[in-house]
Amino acid sequence: MSTPTLEKKSDGPARSEDATPYITVTFRLRRFNPEELEEAYWEDFTIEIDPKERVLDALHKIKWEEDGTLTFRRSCAHGICGSDAMRINGRNRLACKTLIKDINPEKPITVEAIKGLTVLKDLVVDMEPFFQAYRDVMPFLVTNGNEPTRERFQSAEDRERFDDTTKCILCAACTSSCPVFWNDGQYFGPAAIVNAHRFIFDSRDEAGEQRLEILNDRDGVWRCRTTFNCTDACPRGIEVTKAIQEVKRALITRRF
Amino acid sequence: MSVDSTAPTEPSVDNPAPLIEPPRARTAKTPKATRTNFELYGWLFMRLSGIVLVVLVIGHLLIQLVLDGGVTKVSFAFVAGRWASPFWMTWDLVMLWLAMLHGANGLRTIINDYAERANTRFWLKMLLYTATVFTVLLGTLVIFTFDPNI
Ligand code: SF4
Ligand code: FES
Repeated sequence: MSTPTLEKKSDGPARSEDATPYITVTFRLRRFNPEELEEAYWEDFTIEIDPKERVLDALHKIKWEEDGTLTFRRSCAHGICGSDAMRINGRNRLACKTLIKDINPEKPITVEAIKGLTVLKDLVVDMEPFFQAYRDVMPFLVTNGNEPTRERFQSAEDRERFDDTTKCILCAACTSSCPVFWNDGQYFGPAAIVNAHRFIFDSRDEAGEQRLEILNDRDGVWRCRTTFNCTDACPRGIEVTKAIQEVKRALITRRF
Repeated sequence: MSVDSTAPTEPSVDNPAPLIEPPRARTAKTPKATRTNFELYGWLFMRLSGIVLVVLVIGHLLIQLVLDGGVTKVSFAFVAGRWASPFWMTWDLVMLWLAMLHGANGLRTIINDYAERANTRFWLKMLLYTATVFTVLLGTLVIFTFDPNI
């Protein structure tokens, strides 16, 4: 995808006289720079952009052409690295997967940092609490006994069991949309549970018991209120709430 | 990346993110992992008592407010007549206990979710527990020691 240019060439054969693909869109960005001002504030940027571009392209355009101090994370720009989750028009989304035409460009489009994590600058938050919760559920294969000389076989059905939760890209869109997490940040959060689910239901893994025990605690799965915010927020379309419920069910059937 | 502790960290309307000390604040004040099934049983209790309460409460409301003349018939004599039977005593007793515990546990989770400071949380819960114990004990006492001849 090429960077849009400001020259409006209307001589292309596919376009009629004044039909340029560009429209004028206002982006209302939540700015915060602790070195300059203690308070966060909204700043409007009005740019010309093709509505088929993504919000990330608009942020690039603003950063490259209007205000170089605008700070945000992004890496792959294709919905794989999970670094650019942000609150766009009040909903958590990946800026690189949100087309401008899909979010009503007639009104100003608000972009702010995800909630519940400390804002460091503009759209960048401190992800450490999020990743700590992730590390706490031991997101790696745990096995006992001798290492096999070949791969660990798994049937297609066994693989299918946890297929949905393997898709997580750790973008934190779910955790930072969770009202329980917003309160005190002690709740493990949907993302950690999703990644625990990925191993709890993996037939090759042997530490499911331990992970269930970790999630059985005060700030584990029982704090989930089935709000479904996480499922709505997940850019990978993971059924997050369902995964959490499955962990709850595993805990209950283990007990009774 | 860590938080600069000198940076403005007070959450405000404009900067709603609370300061969460990385990593998930394992400080001296952090409660230890409990290793009990309390939350599991609490969660299960809410579901099961909810189902039972639907029957008990709707039955109660029907009898008290709809059937046989509605609310006008409710009087001291009506209550005394019902509590003469052990069945209705048990019904009311079970309803009292389940409703109080169900409500108290629900409020406990709400306090946990919404109270922001540890102190507020503690005192709200103390108030809740006191009120619950008081109501449950008083209600139980009345059901068991009810004397229709006073
Ligand atoms: S579950 Fe979805 S929303 Fe949550 S971190 Fe993973 S990819 Fe992001
Ligand atoms: S930049 Fe990698 S997911 Fe959006």
